[in-house]
Amino acid sequence: MYILGISAFYHDSAACLLKNGSIVAAAQEERFTRKKHDAAFPRHAINYCLSEAGVSANDIVNVVFYEKPFLKFERLLETYLAFAPRGFRSFLSAMPLWIKDKLFQKSHLLKELKQSLGTTVDWSDRLLFSEHHLSHAASAFYPSPFEKAAILTIDGVGEWTTTSLAEGLGSDIKVIKEIHFPHSLGLLYSAFTFYTGFKVNSGEYKVMGLAPYGKPVYADLIKKNLMHIAADGSFQIDMSYFDYACGLTMTNKKFEKLFGGPPRRPESELTQREMDLAASVQKVTEEVLLLLAKDIAESTTHRNLCLAGGVALNCVANGILERSNIFDNVWVQPAAGDAGGALGAALCGWHIHHSGERQITTNLDSMKGAYLGPSYSTAEVEAELLSCDAKFQTYKQDEMLQVVVEALIDNKAVGWMQGRMEFGPRSLGARSIIADPRSPLMQKKLNLKVKYRESFRPFAPSILREYVNDWFEFDGDSPYMMLVSGVSHDKRRVMNDNEESLFGIEKLNISRSDVPAITHVDYSARIQTVHVETNALYHSLISRFYEETQCPMLVNTSFNVRGEPIVCSPSDAFKCFMGTELDMLVVGSVVLRKEDQSGSSHSVYAGDYALD
Amino acid sequence: MLTILKELWRFLRVRKKLWMAPIILIMVIFGGLLVLAQGSVVAPFIYTLF
Repeated sequence: MYILGISAFYHDSAACLLKNGSIVAAAQEERFTRKKHDAAFPRHAINYCLSEAGVSANDIVNVVFYEKPFLKFERLLETYLAFAPRGFRSFLSAMPLWIKDKLFQKSHLLKELKQSLGTTVDWSDRLLFSEHHLSHAASAFYPSPFEKAAILTIDGVGEWTTTSLAEGLGSDIKVIKEIHFPHSLGLLYSAFTFYTGFKVNSGEYKVMGLAPYGKPVYADLIKKNLMHIAADGSFQIDMSYFDYACGLTMTNKKFEKLFGGPPRRPESELTQREMDLAASVQKVTEEVLLLLAKDIAESTTHRNLCLAGGVALNCVANGILERSNIFDNVWVQPAAGDAGGALGAALCGWHIHHSGERQITTNLDSMKGAYLGPSYSTAEVEAELLSCDAKFQTYKQDEMLQVVVEALIDNKAVGWMQGRMEFGPRSLGARSIIADPRSPLMQKKLNLKVKYRESFRPFAPSILREYVNDWFEFDGDSPYMMLVSGVSHDKRRVMNDNEESLFGIEKLNISRSDVPAITHVDYSARIQTVHVETNALYHSLISRFYEETQCPMLVNTSFNVRGEPIVCSPSDAFKCFMGTELDMLVVGSVVLRKEDQSGSSHSVYAGDYALD
Repeated sequence: MLTILKELWRFLRVRKKLWMAPIILIMVIFGGLLVLAQGSVVAPFIYTLF
């Protein structure tokens, strides 16, 4: 039985296909349309899922949409009524759009399904809807390796729910508690994202990356004025400081008065104030997350926790939760944001609507390493690259590995495209840019010459699972780069007094460990453990690098430039390779060197994508 | 269209939010007029309403 899950019309549209409850394929629409966070109906992703499984539209028993449009419409309408007469202008401008997009979303979906999959099937009989946070909870629990677990989902907002506490037992999910709009931890974080001059819904991870440069001097101010936090972690936001419920911005004048000034203008210089604001909202988020986790641990007595929702992408908070020992095991859905809602919706269709059996994969989980997207054969890669006028050399796999290791040791930045594309926002060694983490200049080089992004942003390591405990204060599985942990003390470099006294962004230029390219200013790193079971080729590459250097890890960053979706096809990879200062591109066993390419293939690339 | 309205009516009854029905009805009418007004045929009519 095939079930298709869809998320769309807000941000990060995606599709996911299940066969008898097992994930066959999943992908985000943005990877095909090349529009970051594309919210359009995921017709390309759906077509890919069907072709991967080799099935036709007739074979799909149900299509499950990841949220309930009427419920969302109800929330929008009630919120405006509750805040009236505030927000009258935005109400007038948004009303026609809501009627079209929310009230008539089902007919819109049916029309799109007809256009994408043909008219032979009456989709109105097969279309189901799951609640937004139930979709998140399902995406967190069902693929996890646990028979029973507590489930915590936190994001901006779904229909009404912004935070839900649930428990999973076998094939059942029971919701225990919910916190409703406008009281939202995700929207509080987004408000600070806006206030510190970053884009809401995409800049949150920049705030997280900026936090270690600052001190949480505003944390008490936030807790005293902006929100009331109860002992069980539930919270209430004082909406007199915010404009997001029915206005056109996140924060208002009262908020600006409290924090002593207007929001930072996007792309203007970052000051210590923004860093302190980031550190403060990060600290409050961590405190609330820990209290919520304690509450659900006590009320369910489960020793396993599953996390999803946009806030679960906050890997710094996840790391603190993991180290708190509130739970024995923490599992975070790699596609924790709305894209993962497609997977959750499909799983709800299988387990809840059809009462389908749950097969638990106790070794790691059922996500197949999150490698759920398209892959390309060598013949396809060569044909596509030839059409791009690329000069390349095809090696045997073993030779290719040696060529790449030598390039890495020679301080080259390598575009690495192998096998099936990752599902979710992280590159995990299938569409990655990789480099030597021992190089003290690598972080700057990658940020400014390859990624064209802000120099304060850190990079993550991909480390062989077998050696993670030798290099980090962590000894578990983190295959999806969802946890942050400290670099081991014996690998750290002690700062002298001069270096200690540096502030803010100046800290960045100091080499802090044996692997400076992946060590953040607070000695932390966002770890990806590489497992032979889920990505044997990447494991082999790092093993070979280890044999030559005694360093069992590589820098791993997503294969894209700022504002661009991660590459999907060989031609996307080639375009990115030629538009940046990447030195080498490896697609399967096909190797391209920058110096071999003709001048006409070079492109100016950085300006092609809107800044995120 | 009729199916959606039927479903919406059922939804409002289950959620015990029938009080929303007249508001939604007015919104649909005005929203529809605003959409139509983009084609300018009924624009003068809208103008007099506001």
